[in-house]
This record gives sequence, structure tokens and C-alpha cells, in this order.
Amino acid sequence: MDFTLKIWRQDSANAQGSMKDYKVTDISSDTSFLEMLDVLNQQLIEKGEDVIAFDNDCREGVCGMCSLYINGEAHGPKKLVTTCQLYMRSFKDGQTIYIEPFRADAFPIVKDLVVDRSAFERIQQAGGYNSFDTGSAEDANNILIDKETAAAAFDSAECIGCGACVATCKNSSAMLFVSAKVSQFALLPQGRIEATSRVLNMVKQMDEEGFGNCTNTGACEVECPKGISLENIARMNREYLAASLKG
Amino acid sequence: MAKLDSKIPEGPIEKKWENYKAHTNLVNPSNRRKIDIIIIGSGLAGGAAAATLGEAGYNVKVFYFQDSPRRAHSIAAQGGINASKNYQNDNDSDYRLFYDTVKGGDYRGREENVYRLAQLSGNIIDQCVAQGVPFAREYGGTLANRSFGGAQVSRTFYASGATGQQLLLGAYSSMNRQIKAGSVKSYNRHEMLDVVIVDGKARGIIARNLITGKIERFGAHAVVVASGGYGNVFYLSTNAMNCNVTAAWKIYKKGAFFANPCYTQIHPTCIPVSGEHQSKLTLMSESLRNDGRIWVPKHKEDVEAIREGKLKPTEIPEENRDYYLERRYPAFGNLVPRDVASRAAKERCDAGFGVNKAGYAVYLDFADAISRLGVETVKERYGNLFDMYQNITGDDPYKTPMMIYPASHYTMGGTWVDYETMTTVPGLYAIGEANFSDHGANRLGASSLMQCLCDGYFVLPATIANYLSGDIHTGSIDTSSAEFDKAANGVQELIDKIFAINGTKSVDYFHRKLGKVMWDKVGLARNEKGLKEAIEEIKEIRAAFWNDVRVPGKANQFNNELEKAIRVADFLELAELMAIDALNRKESCGAHYREESVEPDGPQKGEAKRNDKEYTYVAAWEYMGEGKEPKLHKEPLTFNAIELKQRNYK
Ligand SMILES: Cc1cc2nc3c(=O)[nH]c(=O)nc-3n(C[C@H](O)[C@H](O)[C@H](O)COP(=O)(O)OP(=O)(O)OC[C@H]3O[C@@H](n4cnc5c(N)ncnc54)[C@H](O)[C@@H]3O)c2cc1C
Ligand code: SF4
Repeated sequence: MDFTLKIWRQDSANAQGSMKDYKVTDISSDTSFLEMLDVLNQQLIEKGEDVIAFDNDCREGVCGMCSLYINGEAHGPKKLVTTCQLYMRSFKDGQTIYIEPFRADAFPIVKDLVVDRSAFERIQQAGGYNSFDTGSAEDANNILIDKETAAAAFDSAECIGCGACVATCKNSSAMLFVSAKVSQFALLPQGRIEATSRVLNMVKQMDEEGFGNCTNTGACEVECPKGISLENIARMNREYLAASLKG
Repeated sequence: MAKLDSKIPEGPIEKKWENYKAHTNLVNPSNRRKIDIIIIGSGLAGGAAAATLGEAGYNVKVFYFQDSPRRAHSIAAQGGINASKNYQNDNDSDYRLFYDTVKGGDYRGREENVYRLAQLSGNIIDQCVAQGVPFAREYGGTLANRSFGGAQVSRTFYASGATGQQLLLGAYSSMNRQIKAGSVKSYNRHEMLDVVIVDGKARGIIARNLITGKIERFGAHAVVVASGGYGNVFYLSTNAMNCNVTAAWKIYKKGAFFANPCYTQIHPTCIPVSGEHQSKLTLMSESLRNDGRIWVPKHKEDVEAIREGKLKPTEIPEENRDYYLERRYPAFGNLVPRDVASRAAKERCDAGFGVNKAGYAVYLDFADAISRLGVETVKERYGNLFDMYQNITGDDPYKTPMMIYPASHYTMGGTWVDYETMTTVPGLYAIGEANFSDHGANRLGASSLMQCLCDGYFVLPATIANYLSGDIHTGSIDTSSAEFDKAANGVQELIDKIFAINGTKSVDYFHRKLGKVMWDKVGLARNEKGLKEAIEEIKEIRAAFWNDVRVPGKANQFNNELEKAIRVADFLELAELMAIDALNRKESCGAHYREESVEPDGPQKGEAKRNDKEYTYVAAWEYMGEGKEPKLHKEPLTFNAIELKQRNYK
């Protein structure tokens, strides 16, 4: 397969960026999207040009490093997969593909397609944990949790922190990401103890980082590679309301 | 010269850890604030250690090359974590977990460390549940278990097929709490490129800021390396793209011995190689072997027909299938340890029974499980793995068997450490996959997550005080000393040297070449001739690299090619040590299979043959300088709590 690629190039955070054209040819349909970019980078090295910077690591869809905005969609056209799990068979031979970074005010560009998501870190640090010290836990089976609840908490906990939800939202809202963590703890008995302070602190930090408001368009859920559901946002809103009344 | 003292505490094996803790030196809470600890790595080992040492009140600085600590390679572990809770009431115990681990490691691990690991395993589960890790549950609300290779009990805890993710997010959450509290400082996108030794003690590191390219200095009273394994030396592996040996290799060159480098695990169930641009191999979790049955056709005609696309595997009747693991190892069947399963797959494929076009694949079949348990149950257990398989290969494993083949996965070898997880350099520690100690010559499934968390939550935090108690009056470490200058200049020179080559070939070109030599000659099966050739070939590739590699871009900016070049340069040195170690060990043990060392006859005919008389030792290698032969130190292994015998999974 052959493709025309239009890729965002930007030398550093403060430099001006622009879209540049590239061509790749003879790509097998079993090649992954990132392997296709590997091929392009090998060609650039042979020509003595600087490679295209993009984040990636596990290439199994779980580390959350990869963060490409492909033809106007976070992680590309296929649903429920990350960029690294996207294969070229999802594209048409000869197609033009636009590749951009995840864009949001809270995610400044580092270089080319690499962005800085440390705002997410600070939100997690504001309350995404249970407060207890190593070694002080009781026997695990003293806490009984019914199977469905455990499974629901797992579904929320599966968020990989990629930021596709933010990149997709027209307001750059981080509600899906934050609500996934709030929900995981809200569902589990171990997490209830600090539920009030957690939701207040995490939401406060989210607002301070400059993420936009949620206007319930649901676009984030559609593009989330882990299928994190909008129910999480609804749950967080309830938790927040309850916490505000208490607090 | 450093000597090997494993510092095993006194007393019977089940009392050693207690005895150790009762007599070790401590640092009182008010003094901990005066002590700085550097941790390289935010995976399960490093993340757990950072959180726990932060809670204890030390000043912790944690370094990792990803943008977030949550992205360490531990995140990708799928199957589960072992613990001897005996929740299933199937006669599990600390002793049994200990026994299985030593036996699975083919009696090449250190008995005392493994016992401690088994003793602490239950605490890990308690800890993780308290953190809010959403493990799978039974209907009654208790924790669920599954079984894994090399065990006859169900002791593996899991969170769907994302156990590593959930455990890492648990450690990450505890670490975040300490970052907020100010006791842990987190340095993302920083790569440690050297350790600084002052008066014989580890006193800091040199790291490259991967965004600005700046070479930065950090001082500390102790340095902990939790940098993961070196499976990427094979180029294609199940490891994340950026996993590398650099941290472990830099400390090796500064005096930390490297133990058993030839013990590398080839995982039996990975998606086979499909094309030349392939960048990594995807693991299909070992848990699949619980319900999946492995087979190849009995007859060559069927193999031919399958390769030509004229026959489907589902069309081959039972009697024409060779369930070779069940046939050869009736007691364990499809759940034999990884090394045994991998070699058996290679044996069938080498004999011409491989089922993909290239002839390097076997079937992993769920048809029986689906008819026995129903699609829903199978989906519940393995749904995300099946989806992943289908997404990558385009085949639906609910309808047709998966195709799998072994791939490089895990490294049992690593930095030599004593009972306290201290290396041969005072004040320098190694934990998690980066060290060598617990898994011997072969690791059992679901035991790495256990070891990483055990080291990070419980072992290191309890042992490091013994050393640090000598440092409460030291004061903060001066990073402008001559030793820091020298190390920082060394890193700068390395980078300048790489850019100065300005050759014609990419870093990947050399890495791929190295990987092929390693897979062919230092992989699943090894022999003297091949290993000797490998050593020469590795030297040639290394020379070519330093002559002809091209790294574009600049040093003072984000530059992934430069990062890769530094890592591959180290792989090119490690590879040679792996071959030297494999050549030295003229026995077959665990994952290290020397073709010259097999059982000549009897019921075990053709199975790997250990040589306990000559090789019951840890091979710890000392760096002697560039171009010089490394020096071998032997740590003899003694087994008192367990009888040394040949593994038998028949
Ligand atoms: C696909 C897959 C599935 C697996 N499944 C299981 C399983 O089900 N059960 C099980 O028990 N085990 C499993 N394993 C093995 C297990 O996941 C690993 O052995 C374990 O997670 C390693 O953890 P770690 O903390 O030692 O290192 P890692 O998690 O690899 O972390 C290494 C850390 O070190 C940092 N680092 C490395 N070098 C440097 C440097 N020079 N400077 C700065 N930072 C550095 C990295 O940024 C990272 O943060 C699996 C492995 C793979 C590949
Ligand atoms: S909610 Fe989904 S899209 Fe948003 S960070 Fe998590 S996994 Fe990514």
C-alpha cells in the first residue's frame, strides 16, 4: 500500500509548527500504524533528515504513551484501540493521512507529535489514592466485594491516561479521565473513606490546569480506546454534589 | 576487589527474615529527613520502593524515561501475580510456593531469597487490595484465583488480563500520595546514564533530560536501580520498545557484578513474526494455557495443506492432532514451565510441523474450553486477550485456534545482589527484574510481579536502613566534586562520539542485526560452536556500529534516535557477555539449553540435563576494563530446605 502523509512538525515547545508532506510506499496491510512511521523515519535517517518524534512504548495498547490525532480522530479511525493497535488495513491504498499531536491548552507540544501531559499527573496527585502506609493492610479477604462491583471498578480503572478524551473534546475537558479514577474508588469500599476529599481535590486541580468544561456531547466516550463510559462522569457529578453539600 | 558475600542471616530458613529484621540497624524517623535516595525506575519495583521509602520519611528522587511513572513496562503484564494465601484450600503454603519457585528455576536461584519471597507474598495482596486494586472476585465476594505454569495449585490473583496495569496503578497511586506530600520528587523523561562513585560508595547519578538534552547531576546517599530487564537485546521481544539494559550496564562498568546474563526466558505463547517491519512481538498471556490446548498436526500432509491454505485447523479430526505437551508431560500437560513449553514448540517446528507459512507456529486451541465452559465464561476470562489477538492477526480465536510461537520475554539474569538487594558496590541496590536473585534459570509465570512488589514494598525498605544508618551525619552530597565532573564529562564524551560518526546506517539496522545473531545462536538452544561464532559476530556488529551509525538531530533537544543509540551501544556489549556466560555454562538448566547436555537415555531421554557437580553456582561477572575479558566469580548455591533433584514434569 502507498500513502501520502501530512504530518505536524514542530521543533520545540516555542517554535512555529506546520504540516509537512511525506510519502511511504510498499507498506503491507499487516503493518501497524507506528511501524509505518518507523519505516518513514528510517527513510528520513537515510536522507540525513531529522526523524519525526512521536511517543510510544509498550505497543500493546496499555501504556498510554501513543497519542496521535489521525485524520481528525484521536487514535485514528478504529474504535476501542490505541494508535499502536491500529493496522494499515484500516486505511485505503493511496489514501492521504493527516497526523497531528493531541491538542489542548493543558497539553503543550514538546516536539512534533509529542505532548506534555503532566497536568494529568498533578490531578492524580491531588487525590487519586487511598491514604494508608505500606504494611498496615488487613487480610485481603476481610474486604468482601461482590463480583459485579469489582468488575465495574475494574472497568473504570482501565483508563490508560492517554488523553484522547481531552484531545477529542471541543472544550478540552478532562472529565472522562478524572471521573474514571474517582469512580474506581467511589465503587470500592476501600475508597469510600476519602470519597469526599478526593472528588473535591481532583476536580479543583482539574480546573486549575486549564481543562475546559464538560457540555455532555459524549465525544470523549466515542474516542476513548478503553471504552471508559460516560456513566463515570455522571457518577462523579453525583459524588461532587454530595461532597459539596457535605463540605 | 569486591568479593561475593551474600549476607545470609542466621537461623532456620523460615526464621531468617525475622532474624534479619530483629537485628538490623535502623534510621530513626527524624534522621530519615536528612537522607536522600535515588531510584531509577517507576515500574512495580521502583514505584513500590519510592512510595514506601517516601512514607517512611526519606527524601526520594525517582527517575524514569517515560512521560509518566504509570507508563513503566510493568503496565503491560497481563496474567497475574502469585501469592501463597491458600484461599482455594488446595494445600498451598509458603513452603509450596518456595518449592515450586526453586524447582521452576531449575535449582539455580538462591534458596533463602526465594523463601522470603514466598513468606511475603501474601502481604503483597493485602497491600494491593487496600490500595483499591480491583482484583477479580468470586460471587461470594472473595478474591478469585487461577493456576499458572509450573504449579498444581491455584494461587494466581488477577485483574482480568490487565493485572500489571492495575498493580502498577496501585503503586503509582501510593507514590502520588508521597509526591503530593513532598517526600518523593518525580523526574519524568530523564535517563540515567551513569552512577557516581565517591570513596567506593554510590553517591549519585548523571542523567540526561530527554526534553532539553541537558546533562544533569543528582546526589544521594544511596542509589537503587529498578530499571527492568534486557529482553530487547533480541531486538524483537515482548518487552516495551524502550526497555533497555543501560542503567544495569553502566553500574556493571562501575563495579557492580552482573550475574547469569545467559538466563533469558523465551515465552512460549506469543503471536508469531509476520513481516519484516515488525517492531515487537505481542505476548498472549500464559493464563491462556489454563484452558487452551497446544497442538500441531500429526501428519506432514496436513501441515502442507494448512500452509497452502487448502485445509483449516478445525477440519483436522482429533486423532490426527498431536497434543505434544499432553503427550510428553502427562502430569503437567499444557501447564509445563515456560522453558519446557518453548523448546517443545521449537522441536515440533524444527521437525517440520509448524503451521504458518514460515513454518514457525503452533496452535493454541480453545474449542474444548468453549464447549466445556461456554463462550461467556471463556470471554469473561480471556476476552481482552482474544480481542487483542483478533485485532493484530485478523483471525477470530473463538472460531479458529490461535497461532503462537516463542519469543524473548524476560531476563532472569541481572545485577548481582546480596540478601539485602545490595550490589557489590556499597550503597548501590538493584531490585525487580533488574536483579538476578529469585528466579534461578527460569521464572514461573506470575512470579515477576510478585518479586518486583516484594522487593519494592517490603525487602528494600527494610534492608536499606542497615546501610543508611551510617550516613545520618554525612550531610547532602556535593555534586560539584571531581567524581561528578568526571562522570558528567564521560557522558558528554559518549554523546559527542556518537554524533561524530555521522555514518550511513540507522541504530535500528544494527539492533536488528544483533537480534538475529542472538536469536539464532544465543536463543532457545545453544552450542559451543554457535556461541563462539556469536561472540565474533557481535564484535563485528559493534565495530560496524561505532564506524557507521547515523544519529540525526541535535544533542540539546528531544532526540529519540540518540536515546536508542546509547541503549543499543550497551546491548552490543551485554550481548557478548551473554554469549561468554552461556559458553561457560556447559550444562542445560532452566531456560539455558546447551545442546551438548541432554539425558542420554532412560525415561528422561532427550530432556535437558543439569550438571550439579560443576555448575551449582551463580556466575557473577566483574568488568575488568574496555577490551579485557570479564572476570568470573562464583557464588556457590547450597540447598538445605529442599532436595536438589532433576525437574520432572512427566
Ligand atoms: C507482555 C508482558 C507480560 C507480562 N506478564 C506478566 C505476568 O502476568 N505476571 C508476572 O509476574 N510477570 C509478567 N511479566 C513480567 C513483568 O511484567 C516484569 O518483569 C516486571 O513488570 C518488571 O518490573 P520492574 O519494576 O522491574 O521494571 P519495569 O516495569 O520494566 O520498569 C523499569 C523502569 O525503569 C525505568 N528506567 C530503565 N532504565 C532507565 C534509565 N537508564 N534511566 C531512567 N529510568 C530508567 C523505566 O522508565 C521504567 O520506569 C510480563 C512481561 C511482559 C513483557
Ligand atoms: S478516559 Fe479514555 S481517552 Fe481519556 S485518558 Fe482514559 S483511556 Fe484515554
